[in-house]
Amino acid sequence: MNDTIVCRPEPMGLLQRLYLVEVVKGLGVTLRHFLGNLFRRSYTVTVEWPEVKREYSERLRGRHILLTREDGSPRCVACYMCETACPADCIHIEAEEDPSSASVEWEKRPGVFTIDLLRCVYCGLCVDACPKEAIVMSRHHEMAFASREEAIVGLEQLLQKKPIGSLDLGYRPYYGEPRGTISLPIPVKAGERQAGR
Amino acid sequence: MATAEETLAAIRLAYPEGSGVAEQPGGDMPTLRVDRKVLPDLARFLKNDPAARFTLLADVCGVDYPGRADRFEAVYHLYSPVHRSRMRLKVPVPESDAVVPSVYSVWKAADWFEREAFDLMGIRFAGHPNLKRILCHPSFQGHALRKDYDPGQRWLLREGEQDMPAWAADRSEDEDHFETQVINLGPSHPATHGTLRTTLRLDGEIITQAEAEIGYLHRCFEKMSESHTWNQVIPYTDRLNYCSSMMNGVGYALAVEQLLGLEAPPRAQRVRLILSELSRIMDHIVDIGANLNDIGAMTPFLYMYEAREEIYSVLEACSGARLTVSYVRIGGLANDVPHDFVDAVRWLLGRIPKLVDDMERLITANRIFRQRTEGVGRLSAEEALDWGWTGPCLRACGVPYDVRKDRPYIGYDQLDFKVPVASEGDTYARYLVRVEEIRQSLRLIEQAIADLPPGPVITSDHRVALPPKEKVYTEMESLIWHFKWVMEGMKVPTGEVYGYTEGANGELGFYAISDGGGRPYRLKVRPPCFAIFQAYPHMLVGHMIPDAVAILGSLNVIAGELDR
Repeated sequence: MNDTIVCRPEPMGLLQRLYLVEVVKGLGVTLRHFLGNLFRRSYTVTVEWPEVKREYSERLRGRHILLTREDGSPRCVACYMCETACPADCIHIEAEEDPSSASVEWEKRPGVFTIDLLRCVYCGLCVDACPKEAIVMSRHHEMAFASREEAIVGLEQLLQKKPIGSLDLGYRPYYGEPRGTISLPIPVKAGERQAGR
Repeated sequence: MATAEETLAAIRLAYPEGSGVAEQPGGDMPTLRVDRKVLPDLARFLKNDPAARFTLLADVCGVDYPGRADRFEAVYHLYSPVHRSRMRLKVPVPESDAVVPSVYSVWKAADWFEREAFDLMGIRFAGHPNLKRILCHPSFQGHALRKDYDPGQRWLLREGEQDMPAWAADRSEDEDHFETQVINLGPSHPATHGTLRTTLRLDGEIITQAEAEIGYLHRCFEKMSESHTWNQVIPYTDRLNYCSSMMNGVGYALAVEQLLGLEAPPRAQRVRLILSELSRIMDHIVDIGANLNDIGAMTPFLYMYEAREEIYSVLEACSGARLTVSYVRIGGLANDVPHDFVDAVRWLLGRIPKLVDDMERLITANRIFRQRTEGVGRLSAEEALDWGWTGPCLRACGVPYDVRKDRPYIGYDQLDFKVPVASEGDTYARYLVRVEEIRQSLRLIEQAIADLPPGPVITSDHRVALPPKEKVYTEMESLIWHFKWVMEGMKVPTGEVYGYTEGANGELGFYAISDGGGRPYRLKVRPPCFAIFQAYPHMLVGHMIPDAVAILGSLNVIAGELDR
């Protein structure tokens, strides 16, 4: 068949048998990389993590955020869509009646809204399922917990009342033009050094 | 080459009506319902008859239908590399006497696939040489994929109950062989790259007997998918071959789309192709790198990781995650690609060849590497087919079988590429084939990126895909579609399909059965490295332990896919 390309091992030549010439040629390759790294910072592909971190795109699926309305109440109307869509069953919602339901167009609000961040697989299906753009994901992905209980976060940790522009938003529904850019190699940003270090 | 009709005619002639072989009309491939009494005979016929020549047993699995008189069905998927045709055999099995004759004597590939069907479905295979559990541990009770099995149960494996090959207890020493010993390679060994355990018997330094134990990463993906909607399975598919998760999603989505009878828009197909090929490059980089690392060459691994890192960046910018992308949706993709996607891929096309060249300069003609790998783990083409091998490992044995050429999908037929083959079938040949595949994948991407079609990336059929968000927020009808999609899952018409694509390791098959509901009735994954790894213990005999490590690396066994 002319669809195939045959990979034949080339017979070992004299140079390969002599071994030393090939060693020098191999050293040439490694030496080029070594000298490049030594004298040209732009040559180096590694970064000095954690002082320097690579930038992730605007679509990164990190820790969840529950967005709020302008008055600070959660946008979530406790419709259970994200809980149903979750393939890992990590979202738990208990709905309660919104006390101001006579004056607004929604009736419910979440009384309890927890996400088990250790169970979560960060697939983003909850964000796709939400009809109110209440649950979105941030770019915060470095999480550490002292216990399993601590990893189950509730409304007080998830709700973000700051203006949307100041949140480090990641994966969220988009309208029309997709967000996110790729510039290769990925730019780096200096990380905030933590106090006391 | 015989057509499917000619093959069926030959079968009809040899097995007339009433002989226990009946054709089942319709379906995605010719299907025979076979009485279990004639199965071994028919299997031999199908393998050897010139009109059939089904030399590759792709998959064996059990399906449970609790309502039927014959509760179980053993399903075999066959492939004929000569005629490029496929066939499915279905053998009904009653619950009271759940025994099927083993076809191990016809296709060695049946070895682990039958053990798996026994383990998960409780069908016994009479005549199998080593019929014991494979994915679950020996203290496991019940059969997990039966519909009446409660997945909430937990079974504890206690000290001393671990699986041990029967021959391991036998000391078998005499004056000539007084240095035999039994050792474990793995499950936690730096060279197994995942939890695989191989029990070896050594005579001096030579391996005389080996048996592999797998299942350490088993999570019964197939059971979980039965309790989730079709779309919720996609994050699970990422965790099959996690080195190239994009391709698993594509394979799964294509199988379900075939059941639905729809095709994703051209732009989605093209992006799937580009990202699949990038994933293939990444997978081969990991495999070659890890293989070299295991036998003492650390440097190329580090050089090549730059390519892998930047490919991950592209995947992350498209999907939002580096490893477990969950980017594919049934009917298309989750999002459109970023606007500078083409530029980024072009940058990769310029960068990756340099890194591959560097690696080749260090390794390909390297005398130490060649002496470590040439003639090590050699398998002939017939043996490889017999074991059910596919992918680069099979091509290294000289069989030019590639699903991308054999049954082109997502537009592979529109692009020009070649299938690398080698004839030696040893570890060095597998290395050469993989390196050439990286170069062919780069060629494919270059052509694919040249005309990325504009348009939507997901079907507009709202029974399959979510309506666009701006419509959900504003229109009642879209909100209702959205609600039904999330709450009930999409309805897939009743039927069955064996969808197969070329994964990084070989033929990745998804055998999906739908009963018309919102969830898969049965989803069987045919993981390529499962078939490859079952030959591994047999390949070891006569080699030394350092060779065992070199062979294992070249087979690219990914535990997530192997154990599911």
